[in-house]
Amino acid sequence: MNKTVNQRAWFLVLPVLLLVGFSAVVPLMTVVNYSVQDTFGNNQFFWAGLEWFEEMLASERLHNAFLRQLAFSAIILAIEVPLGVFVALNMPKRGVWASVCLVLMALPLLIPWNVVGTIWQIFGRVDIGLLGYALSALGIDYNYTQDPIDAWITIIVMDVWHWTSLVVLLAYAGLRSIPDAYYQAAKIDQASRWKVFRYIELPKMRGVLLIAVLLRFMDSFMIYTEPFVVTGGGPGNATTLLSIDLVKMAIGQFDLGPAAAFSIIYFLVILLLSWVFYTVMTNLDAQESRK
Amino acid sequence: MTAPAPAGARRRFAFNGSALTCALYILFLLLPIYWLVNMSLKTNEEILSSFSLWPRDLTLANYMVIFTDPSWYWGYINSLIYVVLNTVISIAAALPAAYAFSRYSFLGDKHLFFWLLTNRMAPPAVFALPFFQLYSSIGLFDTHIAVALAHCLFNVPLAVWILEGFMRGVPREIDETAYIDGYSFGRFFVKIFMPLIASGIGVTAFFCFMFSWVELLLSRTLTSVDAKPIAATMTRTVSASGLDWGVLAAAGVLTIVPGALVIWFVRNYIAKGFAMGRV
Repeated sequence: MNKTVNQRAWFLVLPVLLLVGFSAVVPLMTVVNYSVQDTFGNNQFFWAGLEWFEEMLASERLHNAFLRQLAFSAIILAIEVPLGVFVALNMPKRGVWASVCLVLMALPLLIPWNVVGTIWQIFGRVDIGLLGYALSALGIDYNYTQDPIDAWITIIVMDVWHWTSLVVLLAYAGLRSIPDAYYQAAKIDQASRWKVFRYIELPKMRGVLLIAVLLRFMDSFMIYTEPFVVTGGGPGNATTLLSIDLVKMAIGQFDLGPAAAFSIIYFLVILLLSWVFYTVMTNLDAQESRK
Repeated sequence: MTAPAPAGARRRFAFNGSALTCALYILFLLLPIYWLVNMSLKTNEEILSSFSLWPRDLTLANYMVIFTDPSWYWGYINSLIYVVLNTVISIAAALPAAYAFSRYSFLGDKHLFFWLLTNRMAPPAVFALPFFQLYSSIGLFDTHIAVALAHCLFNVPLAVWILEGFMRGVPREIDETAYIDGYSFGRFFVKIFMPLIASGIGVTAFFCFMFSWVELLLSRTLTSVDAKPIAATMTRTVSASGLDWGVLAAAGVLTIVPGALVIWFVRNYIAKGFAMGRV
């Protein structure tokens, strides 16, 4: 769409600019401020330069949290995206059942994140939870508070439970935009189910799936509340993901300088990812308008 | 239907397979929720002493605790106040901005749009401490407006993105005709344009409501007593007594209710909202 050049449009954007500026730029500057200073209490601050950044970039702790975070994001993407597409392909196309499915599937998305954690914390408990009880009745030794592998499985299953529906919804919306004529043509050509998926459905879902992957990647990259409620980052540090580690450092130990440097490194990583996301989105928009 | 095979028998099989997949997936989603509801209707003794798939000794006492104890039900009221405040602020600010982005090009528009997006993607953990200090220093700590403003960090960008997606679907000729007819910008926007994108505004409101409702880290950091959200009330109870599972489950069930009520109205637009207006 051709847009008219109008510099006065800035006035329309001004409220958003002030609002987000107040709640984003000011706090971010505070973080930058802390990241280059050191304190010995009494509100006295000393210039520390890039010391904290060097310390953080070399810190084993940060590396480990980062690796755990990458592993977590990779695993949940590998499960959620194929599962979400598979479920979306099997959903009823229209009618009352489609609505019922949509509403039921969206339910986990609307639960406060700490309640999601609480639900799974209870559900996995060996003494009072259905899952834990059933597993121990089957003779499987399962205890997410003591065994790191069990803890990992629990938070991964929890995330799959929580967010796969997002992929389903997006894939479903993509599928619904395919005209019936495409399927009729495929039928005339006697295309196999796989070929219909590969050459009709997948290309048509490409746009929404990209959005789904990027959203899931970024949201999982800053996940905090759900694993924190379930495992508290434990046992040991086994499930201490980036955000959990950051909050531990900033609020638990009150190491403001290192935590601030950590925040900025973290934020830069996110910024990079956002840029990828934005580029993909604008390219998609451009493709759409060319059609 | 999905099966390209012409034979009727195979088609019925494929349909049943689809229904089964859906049913299994929904079962997986509902099982933990069912367990929470189940627990909320039991007494603590029953929860801890015996294992049953449904409450033997059905009781509403856990819900009564929540509805009669001010420290519990005020949690819900506090949450609702800041969530509604946030939704109103976000939409009011985002409407003109989204219009500007969808209709005009101006100096730095693309950079601005990207900058907004980075805020949606910013980890709340990064902002928790500075928010605490900022709002403490201007005397807004433990007020509803503080949480509402903090949640604008991710809700305003989201609102701008979704609304922009809906607005670009409205033909520009409508704007031009209205201006020729002598409408001022304000009158045109309120009288003509907003009714046209009413469904978009509804969906945006739903998403602002939802993301503000589910967020805990910031709302917990910015409140202590007067504006304490229900989610934080729950965590406190867990750590303090550690045993009142029934009330905890009941509180959890009640936090699911608002989302479950409004979702029916936006069921056809949920995907569009999650895709930030781009489906």
